Amino acid sequence: MAEKQQTILRTQNLQAFYVLEMQGAQKIVKAVNEVNLQVYENEIYGIAGESGCGKTTLLKTLFNEIAPPLRLIEGKLYYRINDAEVDVTGMSADEKRRLRMEYISYIPQGSMSVFNPVQRIRGTFQDFIGSHVSGKNREQVFELAHRRVLELGLPRNVLDTYPHQLSGGMRQRVTIALASVLNPRIMIGDEPTTALDVVVQRGVIQMLKEIQRSLKNTIIMVTHDMGVHANIADRIGIMYAGKIVEEGTTEQIFANPSHPYTQFLINSLPKFGDKSMRDSVPGSPPSLADVPKGCPFHPRCPHARDICRQQMPDLTRLNDDHKVACWLVGGQDG
Amino acid sequence: MVRLLEVSKLTKRYSQGNIIDRTVFTAVDHISFDINEAEVFTLAGESGCGKTTTAKLILGFEEATSGEIRHNGKVQTRNEKPWLTESVQAIFQDPFSTFNPMRRVDSYFHETVQNFRLAQSKQEATARIDKKLRLVGLTYQEIAGRYPSEFSGGQLQRISIARALVTDPKVIIADEPVSMVDASLRMSIVNLFKQLRDELGVSILYITHDLATAYYVSDRIAIMFRGKIVEMGSVDQVLMKPKHPYSKLLRDSIPQADPRQRWTTTVTLAELEQEEYLRQGCRFAGRCPDVMDICKSVAPADIRVDEALVQCHLYADQNDRQTAASYSMKTQP
Repeated sequence: MAEKQQTILRTQNLQAFYVLEMQGAQKIVKAVNEVNLQVYENEIYGIAGESGCGKTTLLKTLFNEIAPPLRLIEGKLYYRINDAEVDVTGMSADEKRRLRMEYISYIPQGSMSVFNPVQRIRGTFQDFIGSHVSGKNREQVFELAHRRVLELGLPRNVLDTYPHQLSGGMRQRVTIALASVLNPRIMIGDEPTTALDVVVQRGVIQMLKEIQRSLKNTIIMVTHDMGVHANIADRIGIMYAGKIVEEGTTEQIFANPSHPYTQFLINSLPKFGDKSMRDSVPGSPPSLADVPKGCPFHPRCPHARDICRQQMPDLTRLNDDHKVACWLVGGQDG
Repeated sequence: MVRLLEVSKLTKRYSQGNIIDRTVFTAVDHISFDINEAEVFTLAGESGCGKTTTAKLILGFEEATSGEIRHNGKVQTRNEKPWLTESVQAIFQDPFSTFNPMRRVDSYFHETVQNFRLAQSKQEATARIDKKLRLVGLTYQEIAGRYPSEFSGGQLQRISIARALVTDPKVIIADEPVSMVDASLRMSIVNLFKQLRDELGVSILYITHDLATAYYVSDRIAIMFRGKIVEMGSVDQVLMKPKHPYSKLLRDSIPQADPRQRWTTTVTLAELEQEEYLRQGCRFAGRCPDVMDICKSVAPADIRVDEALVQCHLYADQNDRQTAASYSMKTQP
């Protein structure tokens, strides 16, 4: 990764809030708050954070799936399509639909409810391909689907089964096969390996890496499991209360975690051969409807100072790719 | 040492299909283990390995096909369901479905106190509940009159533990207590188990698929695979020096939070779990890298290797040569 990489997806000051109105009173959930992301071609970008930190909403926004009550408040989202940067936030529903699954695809979390339970997997593939590829090519693409299924080490007869006949891991792998069948440039995974057994999880990670290697595309993957990130991601963004608080290459994040929250996330993981006491992050995650003033982590942070309670620090560059938003790390000039 | 809970040759068979075409498969197959006082014992394995069925059998939710569960030396019968005995309590996986969303959380505590007649008056009950809640880092004030939706998953799981503690149990059966809790809060639950064991002398049957927390918290561990315990011993033995090829695979598949330790080898996944259940001989034979001819026809017996029990033919020969006597003693039908 020495040469300068081409950016494929970029956000600029992205703000997406849930605006709920109840009997005149307005409640605003700040799920994605001033996020500046730059994701490159041919990389796996991991997003880590606790549940309720806005990761799933961020993915939805990146997938350009912004529907009420979620509203885009501010900011821009750019995809790089045919060597030109396109702002996709203003696209019509039809244009969005054309990009979906062909240019950017989505791997959902609970594959239990993804498939139609009364239809064979073959039918889901047919529907899916049929709605994206017109007439002539359909046969070819279906052929491709068949080949992809075999390539990914799934049994030949998987297309003839009903969803309930497959185990959770198998279903997840079929979901991934479906998401990759039209060779999308970007694949977005929302906790694709959570709720799977460790051995199956390892198989699914293996499969995602293989797909990425052969398509040379980009995978943006959300999971709370730092172990999974260490194994799959090239770069990681740490999300807390709707904001990216630290970003860097996987090596940098694990070797030199700089935000106190990242340090907690990594140091709380139990390791084999080490039974020393491990602490979890103190307190509990803030509600996104009522984010603390200043740095949102300050109520749980052991190093909190006055300025932390007043003002949110900007992302400061530590070195090339490593950025952190914390007053402890030279955030003063930001 | 007092054996609080002894399970011997516990078996549960389920049958599937109709009268003509019936498949019987053994979800829990002759498993034996015991739990001592003030000990965390882990039952680990993948989903579909029978660990939850084992918990259900111990709690009396399911009737065992054969085998015995002794509790404090007494055999458990149909009429003495252990949840009525105060000394065995349970914690379940999903804290959000443990509690009825329409019911106030504190009512569960009062109900438990009433069921076991643990207090004479309301004040006494509240004092008892408050004491238990303080053990998990909460107070009665914090939960009184509130609904489950007002708590986070980690908090609810701690409330669930406090609820289990109300009867002063000797054993807590915890079925996947951390798998629905955020990684950052997971350690607070696991640390709580350590604290309960060390300070109150409560034993915990920790059922999990997460070997990393199992290593951190438990004293002994049993690895289950397709209804059988394939390896059992102290955590240091089993997880640091796994013997059974399946334990090795399981141990290697845990993603390490260290980008320098990425996996370099690939794994083969089971195609159908039922196939493995119905397999003759060793159930891991289809995926085992060290498979031998005997594995496909004969089910291995328990073999003692370095303080651990292993069900694998790989160790039979070696053991035969070295300690023939102890091997014949340990062989079980």
